[in-house]
Amino acid sequence: MANMIELKKIDKVYGEKIKTQVLFGIDLKFEEKGFNSIIGESGSGKSTLLNIIGTLDKPTSGQVFIDGKRTDTLSKSELAVLRNKTMGFIFQFHYLLPEFTAKENVLMPYRIQNYNITREIDKWADELLELTGLTKVKNNLATDMSGGQQQRTAIARALINKPKIILADEPTGNLDSDTSETIYSILRDINENYKTTFVIITHDKRIAEKTDRIIEIKDGKINMDVKR
Amino acid sequence: MRLAFKIALRFLKSGRGQTILIVLGISVGVAVQLFIGSLIQGLQINLLETTIGSSSHITINPTNEEKTIDNYDRVLYETNISSPEIINISPAVDGPSNLDYEEDIVQVLIRGFNIEDADKIYKINSNIYEGRAPERKDEVIIGKDLALKSGLKLGDDAVIITPGGGSLKLNIVGLYDLKVASINETWLITSMETAQDILSIDDKITSVEMQVKEEFDADIIAKDLSYTLSQEDLKVDNWKDQNQSLLSGLNGQSVSSVMIQVFVLVAVLLGISSVLAISVVQRSRQLGILKAMGIQDRDASLIFVFQGLMLGVIGAFLGIALGFGLLIMFTKFAVNPDGSPVVPIYINNGFIALSGLFALLSATIASLIPARISSKLNPIEVIKNG
Repeated sequence: MANMIELKKIDKVYGEKIKTQVLFGIDLKFEEKGFNSIIGESGSGKSTLLNIIGTLDKPTSGQVFIDGKRTDTLSKSELAVLRNKTMGFIFQFHYLLPEFTAKENVLMPYRIQNYNITREIDKWADELLELTGLTKVKNNLATDMSGGQQQRTAIARALINKPKIILADEPTGNLDSDTSETIYSILRDINENYKTTFVIITHDKRIAEKTDRIIEIKDGKINMDVKR
Repeated sequence: MRLAFKIALRFLKSGRGQTILIVLGISVGVAVQLFIGSLIQGLQINLLETTIGSSSHITINPTNEEKTIDNYDRVLYETNISSPEIINISPAVDGPSNLDYEEDIVQVLIRGFNIEDADKIYKINSNIYEGRAPERKDEVIIGKDLALKSGLKLGDDAVIITPGGGSLKLNIVGLYDLKVASINETWLITSMETAQDILSIDDKITSVEMQVKEEFDADIIAKDLSYTLSQEDLKVDNWKDQNQSLLSGLNGQSVSSVMIQVFVLVAVLLGISSVLAISVVQRSRQLGILKAMGIQDRDASLIFVFQGLMLGVIGAFLGIALGFGLLIMFTKFAVNPDGSPVVPIYINNGFIALSGLFALLSATIASLIPARISSKLNPIEVIKNG
């Protein structure tokens, strides 16, 4: 199967005077349609790794290929377009725009490229809200929803542009275990239905065990990489 | 771009308290600026009107020994074609003379005009409070103060001792009040013919007076005029050269008024800028996720430029309304005993438009700093877990 994400010899060093190396020569490939998890202790460099995959951060050395495209030669604005079209982000915190309703938030990534909402995309947004169980609250402002609803809105938002990759950093870190279960089953459904590649950072072993591949990062290196 | 506008609008709507505060800040600034500007302008126009409104702006004087202009038709014609800015051209026959009344003899100034022409400069007709303007030969009008001093009344004969030593009777047909005591006390206004007779200068005149449309261009127009005049022995004077201290006073006032206005605007600018900068910090997480989702840096900064623009527009309109309110209140409450305002306010549409434009401009400039912060914002700095 083709590689959706490929990392070649990724080093990441922070700081100018006092240098702290966070990642050491990471070589990693993620296949299309894979449902992957990255685990590791806090400070192990897993979030940095995810940010580098998501082109939000730049490696000190090494190359990142997204869907076969080399990213270090792209300009800031080309990267923005790449992120918008091929990636969806889910973070521990939802980062919804509190001034907008749930549905408007979901449509936001689409609006970044095309301001006018077509009938198809409107229908798709409704479908996503249905899928995440938000139909009843879709016209609520982001602030008028529960934590679980907010996080599910963030998931629907990550999917609106039908991205090939979803990057999730502790997507259930702020939620109770029941809600976490629901969120994961939604993510899994999306993976199966839309063939989206997932890379999920989690510290929850039970959740990691449900993924197809577990990568453990320790002290900036790959400590373990198991496929089921 | 439209998304940036939509987001900007939502940000303003949701942060209502903050928005009202900034708009109020801008409005008060614009209002104060408008008020001070209009007040000073009104003051200056008023001062200028009283000082030079009813006097000659440019005067052509002869430099020959007799102090007379011979071929004055030609001078009038050349003056007329010199510049379209020149208006109210009036030839004058002036000369000193003495008025002999019962108790005393006082020195007076004979001013022979073509009344119709001179009226445009001095508003003689509307300032005659008794009688009428001189029409026939040997008719004269005298000022209020001279009438009081000499006891001469309407219909009396004024006895004039000519420079040559003879005496002449002029019939007083009117009394005027030109609102300047020194004029009211000395000018004997009569026809050109009568004045020529008294001064025995035949068919000559002693000066040509005129006004210009733009008072402050008087020196330039005067210069052009002196080039146009073909007669050699003429000198062209203008009010600006003769009123240097008034001019520097007006200038000083203008500069200080502009200074106050600029500082008010700077204060407004700093106010908007700081509030918007805080709002960037407040919304940095949302901006971070927008950037992660692929919004361009340009659009991220446009959000704040649009906010500045919208605040500027609303603030400018409110400020102009508020400024007008202040001006109206000022003309209502700061009044003279007779009910007329202390300083008549002149509404200058250009100045108001400029005020509004400046407010808009400062709001936009003020938004550039937060826009820059927003553009530079790195998503991973705000999207950190925990």
